[in-house]
Amino acid sequence: MNGPMRVDPYEPRGVARVVESAGAALLALFWVLPLLYALWTAFHPAEYSTRFTPDAPLTLENFSRAWAAAPFARYFLNSFLLVTLVLACQFVLCTLAAYAFARYEFPGRELAFLLVLVQLMIMPDVLIVENYRTMSRLGVLDSIPAIALPYVASAFGVFLLRQTFKTVPRELDDAARVEGANALQVLMRVYVPLARPVYIAYGLVSVSYHWNNFLWPLIVTNSVESRPLTVGLQVFSSGDQGIDWSVICAATLMTSAPLLLAFLLFQRQFVQSFMRAGIR
Amino acid sequence: MTRLSASIHGWLLLLPALALLALFTHFPAVATLIDSFYSTPRGARGSVYVGLDNYLTMVEDPVFWTSLVNSIWFALGTIPISIALAILMALWVNDRIAGRTLVRMAYFTPTILPMIAVANIWLFFYTPQYGLLEQVLGTLGVPSHNWLGSPSTALTCVIVVAIWKEAGFFMIFYLAALQQIAPHLAEAAALEGASRWTFFRRVQFPLLMPTTLFVLVNAVIGAFRTVDHVIVMTRGGPDNATSLLLFHLYQVGFSFWDTGYAAAITAVLLAILATLAFGQYFFLERRVHYR
Amino acid sequence: MRRRTFIRGSAAVAGGLVAAPAIAQGKTEVPFFYPVAVGGPITKIIDGYAADFEKENPGITVKPIYAGTYQETIVKALTAHKSGAPPVTSVLLSTDMFTLIDEDAIVPFDDLAKGAGDAAWIKSFYPAFMFNSQTGGKTWGIPFQRSTIVLYWNKELFKEAGLDPEKPPANWDEQVAMATKLTKRDASGNATQWGMQVPSSGFPYWLFQAFTTQNGVELMNQAGDTTYYDKPEVVAALQYWVDLSRKHKVHPPGIVEWGTTPKDFFERKTAMMWTTTGNLTNVRKNAKFDFGVAMLPAGKRRGTPTGGGNFYVFKKSTPQQREAALKFIRWITSPERAAQWGIDTGYVATRPDAWQTPAMKTYVQGFPAAAVARDQLPYAVAELSTHENQRVTKALNDGLQAALTGAKTPEQAMKDSQAEAARILRPYKK
Repeated sequence: MNGPMRVDPYEPRGVARVVESAGAALLALFWVLPLLYALWTAFHPAEYSTRFTPDAPLTLENFSRAWAAAPFARYFLNSFLLVTLVLACQFVLCTLAAYAFARYEFPGRELAFLLVLVQLMIMPDVLIVENYRTMSRLGVLDSIPAIALPYVASAFGVFLLRQTFKTVPRELDDAARVEGANALQVLMRVYVPLARPVYIAYGLVSVSYHWNNFLWPLIVTNSVESRPLTVGLQVFSSGDQGIDWSVICAATLMTSAPLLLAFLLFQRQFVQSFMRAGIR
Repeated sequence: MTRLSASIHGWLLLLPALALLALFTHFPAVATLIDSFYSTPRGARGSVYVGLDNYLTMVEDPVFWTSLVNSIWFALGTIPISIALAILMALWVNDRIAGRTLVRMAYFTPTILPMIAVANIWLFFYTPQYGLLEQVLGTLGVPSHNWLGSPSTALTCVIVVAIWKEAGFFMIFYLAALQQIAPHLAEAAALEGASRWTFFRRVQFPLLMPTTLFVLVNAVIGAFRTVDHVIVMTRGGPDNATSLLLFHLYQVGFSFWDTGYAAAITAVLLAILATLAFGQYFFLERRVHYR
Repeated sequence: MRRRTFIRGSAAVAGGLVAAPAIAQGKTEVPFFYPVAVGGPITKIIDGYAADFEKENPGITVKPIYAGTYQETIVKALTAHKSGAPPVTSVLLSTDMFTLIDEDAIVPFDDLAKGAGDAAWIKSFYPAFMFNSQTGGKTWGIPFQRSTIVLYWNKELFKEAGLDPEKPPANWDEQVAMATKLTKRDASGNATQWGMQVPSSGFPYWLFQAFTTQNGVELMNQAGDTTYYDKPEVVAALQYWVDLSRKHKVHPPGIVEWGTTPKDFFERKTAMMWTTTGNLTNVRKNAKFDFGVAMLPAGKRRGTPTGGGNFYVFKKSTPQQREAALKFIRWITSPERAAQWGIDTGYVATRPDAWQTPAMKTYVQGFPAAAVARDQLPYAVAELSTHENQRVTKALNDGLQAALTGAKTPEQAMKDSQAEAARILRPYKK
């Protein structure tokens, strides 16, 4: 952490601390309630999905039913490929664009920046019909790149990285150039390492967004080979048969487990990098 | 580096991102706008220029107005509360309270869980008679109520789910910003005998303004983009009580197949978002001092 | 309009590209959209059918594509029809017929089925299922997975209430009387168990159509350009539904969620429920008590709408592909397969001769409830379907929900719905 720990005079003590902890814990309980419910229901037979008695028998059957209901292994792979592809492309494209906005003076820069910011408001989610046509013309329908393409140039990413790059001292930049580095080398050696926390923070936001994205992948994919997990999950959304909460919960846990585990394991690093990223 | 080569370099760096944005954001947005002045092609009948007809249809469409009003209530309900909760969560988690790692984790979980699945779980919470909410309220002696099935409460229920989903996400931004506030400010304020509330109102909150602007923009967009949970939980019902603008758009575009009208609604939606974004920018810019 | 021409052109090119390799191999490829989410037992059955069919017809490749719910499937099929390569055949809601015709997306079977026995084949299905498949003297859809509404009742709760557990309500009055006995309240007057439940979320018009049919009135004409939402008999039918909760207090107030209704039944929160025959397998598996399945109670007469999916053949396809699709549809709707499909899924087998097959006879013997839907078919009517179908049914749905939640009187609600529907249908009146 940064520097020696100072004593915060507004840090709650005594009764105040107890009250604050209790309030925070209560809200936290409310916030994890759906997850707790999912855990309860996934591991118990269907008739206990609405009754919370301690003597309810445990079972793994819901998981095997959920697993059998859809080729989740393949969907896992698809989601993983999708998220990796999106993230890799976003990093490259946003880094280049942010660098141009932060460190280059050229005519039309302000206009170009505005054009980028437009995407903050006009999200790809609203332009589904037109984008579907475009994908059809490009001949990439029903593929993982088709899911990724509209999101790859991210205004959010460009904006964040531009803010960060602007805080990099000019002297570092100049020093590297004196040593004979060209623009791209300066970018890679000076700017990118300094912005590492931003990449981590942005990466997690992006990963959780695309891991959970539903409407666009649903429309643009047709086959098992390209569908991500969320689209696979809709097997369980209400149909003729009514809702089977046990299997929904089992499937939810299975599909969210990788992200939940990753967050559990890396939450320290993640939160810290978010803090160091100074996103504002 | 000459001016010319700087310009060329700059544009070259921008090129890939701008090309993709042009293809998947600018072009479709403009195409939508143009489409909104044309009729919907049906079978052999092609699309013809109809001027403002689609917009006149909109003015006469009661569901459009209901959805617009619902969207405004939805935005007014979700945005301030989720931001206030996010700040509260960030302040709590920033203090050294008991079990703060767990608490922080708890606040963040909704961000990770897919809405499509979680909405089904919330559906159970709201179910009459044996739903969780009813089970809890029943022990307190509150009479049974059909939460999602009554026009008076359905929208509120949907708002609660949206707040739950978003507050933890915003918390992370505030948490990061709080940690950046120099500790000596707190010490100075304490020396002057400022109360905790005064310190928050006069020091922390103003310093969080840039974050608030950023979160606000995101929250506004989110409020007009959230539709997954409406699809799962209410399908806009009862009697359009939870029909949001994007849901109405989805219905007109993908159930009614009225692409011309759908384009007009999209255009209005985009206009609203643009107005809000510029409004926020100009209003808040004067009050936010960027470093 | 150059852009649109360009899209059409590119679509044609894309279609050509898709078709080309299939012809090169001397095989006809038939992409087939089926409305179920990928995975699960049903996809295995369909995959099995496709494989069996290909074995018998080596020149044809049937490629099933699992496209999600009905709504998602038609979104996909029509989006693809407008800007890409649509499937050659697809199972879609029977009520989508007018939408598909208006989009010029499908071809009538009369134009395809010219071979020996084809006319007889079209006539071999239950007439109740053909109501939604024919208009303007042409057959546009072939019934495949069809359902009706039936009444499920909990025999144990009937016994507890002092009713004959083997005797479900036969008419509207009995229904109210029995439901009153079956409704239980706690000391403070809160209902702990409802007498009956009719879901009203999502597509209340379908269940409402049972009430109106029982009250002896139709909601639309066969041409699909006129609705009768404000007829007095329709208003009276709605009044009966509203009264169940408001006057008799034997039905939950407000909107009853479709998705949770079976669970309400399993949890003994409702003693009777109206829902689709498609729920039979589900109820059989999850009800931990003795239950019965019956025809819906009669008002002036018995009645239910049909529901479910038909086969359609898309226009943007080669003649060989259409011919192959027809062959596949004839094959898959043969009596033996229709029977097996009904047994495996709980849908109603679509033709009388399917019920005469040995497999079906054995099944019905062991599980008589399965035949209730068949016996109800003589009373069945076409599901509400018009031009601009989704819009016209939404006008009705909104009115129904307004009346059920007490925002409007049944009379006012139906008047408003009719005005809205008439406005939407004006361009289709000739």
